Amino acid sequence: MAFPAVLKRRSFGETQRQDAWWLQPGAVVVGLGLASAYATWAALQADHYVFGGYLSPLYSPEVFGLSHHAWFQGFPSWWPGFVPQSPALFILILPLGFRATCYYYRGAYYKAFWADPPACAVGEPRNAYRGENSFPLIVQNIHRYFLYAMMAWIFVFFPIDVYRAFEFETASGGHAFGIGVGSFVLLINWLLLSGYALGCHSTRHVIGGFRNVMAGRPFQSACYRCVSCLNRRHMAWAWLSLIWVTFSDIYVRLCSMGVWTDFRLV
Amino acid sequence: MAATEFRIWRQDGADGEGGYRDYTTDVTEGMVVLDAVHQIQAESANDLAVRWNCKAGKCGSCSAEVNGNPRLMCMTRMSDLPTDRPVTVEPMRAFPVIRDLVCDVSWNYEVKKKIEPFEPRPPDAEDGTWRIAQEDVERVQEFRKCIECFLCQDVCHVLRDHHLHDEFVGPRFFVYNAALEMHPLDTRDRLAALKQDEGIGYCNITKCCTKVCPEHITITDNAIIPLKERVVSEFYDPLKKLFRVFSGGSRA
Repeated sequence: MAFPAVLKRRSFGETQRQDAWWLQPGAVVVGLGLASAYATWAALQADHYVFGGYLSPLYSPEVFGLSHHAWFQGFPSWWPGFVPQSPALFILILPLGFRATCYYYRGAYYKAFWADPPACAVGEPRNAYRGENSFPLIVQNIHRYFLYAMMAWIFVFFPIDVYRAFEFETASGGHAFGIGVGSFVLLINWLLLSGYALGCHSTRHVIGGFRNVMAGRPFQSACYRCVSCLNRRHMAWAWLSLIWVTFSDIYVRLCSMGVWTDFRLV
Repeated sequence: MAATEFRIWRQDGADGEGGYRDYTTDVTEGMVVLDAVHQIQAESANDLAVRWNCKAGKCGSCSAEVNGNPRLMCMTRMSDLPTDRPVTVEPMRAFPVIRDLVCDVSWNYEVKKKIEPFEPRPPDAEDGTWRIAQEDVERVQEFRKCIECFLCQDVCHVLRDHHLHDEFVGPRFFVYNAALEMHPLDTRDRLAALKQDEGIGYCNITKCCTKVCPEHITITDNAIIPLKERVVSEFYDPLKKLFRVFSGGSRA
């Protein structure tokens, strides 16, 4: 496949495009930058992540902690002293890794943060390029393992959180069914994250995309079609779930701090 | 009728120094960029080279960059372009220029020859025919819409900016690979070639190829990423390897 010609290299930002090509990568920088900064700050707080039956999704599941949601009370003795004792730090690597290696986000942040390229048909700042062909970006191929981990959130942790978000303490100290605004906040968070993870490109492959012949497997075929349907709006699911998980933490935090009131509907 | 300014790339031969030259022509309702270029050719630049054939978006000959965007000139309406600034028309930047707006795209044909061809399983019936379920063939039908305009190759930064033509075949040939590799009758294995010789790992999923495709093929989501996932299963997934050891090593 030897290429017979030497092509002229374009300089950084060089383009004949007349539209606002910088707008989309700019919006990604702002959106991902704000979400990352907030998640980091919130994860380091180790406080105000629980309000009654509500548990912030950034802290779910609370494996070690002090609230009534915790699987184990207190932090283990082997926890390094220089790391803040935050339950979020114990689990956040998995949802974070899932998003960081997601095919949609990869394309978006390569453009927005690395200018590789800054936008379609716009000149790049660097000559050298290795893509995902070698280390370090070849590690992105681990995505499906983060997906497997996310299934625990979709099918176990978040359903439990949503169930508990519909339980409220009674005057006698027991628990009874109820509905607060926060119940819906956490329910929507679960639905959006499910739409995002179940519509992931790796899910699409694992559920049936690896096959060339689907005929004769009606259940698998239906699952593949369903995942493909979600996948067509993967970018929207990715952003909506990111915005909502951030909002869910803000909601629980502000209710816990007494700034917002969680209105009971039932 | 409105006089519209154009900046058209002119280059005398492959080694010649190229540059933009300004032209003005009257644009009337319903014109596409190719009409305007032909009008300029007739009125004021008789030696302007432009490749075209069907003028219906089906032959893929008139690929160029209009206002910096890879487009088919015959499918780009003048009414969709801003006229307060000159309309820029230049050749595709991922391939060498032969003259003016005409590129040498022969590299693509050489690449295509090296891709493992289609090889069907033995016929299903005694008369030498096969039976394929509609749902299985639908998946690869999309890829057959490709008209080989090479706009996806032009916009791909791996070819356009990094000039890795020797290590990377580009989106067009991932679509071609997908059409063969996902075909329900095909028996060949192209995954090792995709990983090693065709450089699928260079793709960093910018989706620019999908955006410029005049046939609206969902190149990235339906061809490249599914192929990347198959390459992951084959070469990077230890669980899958283990599963293959115990299941006898067959692929679906």
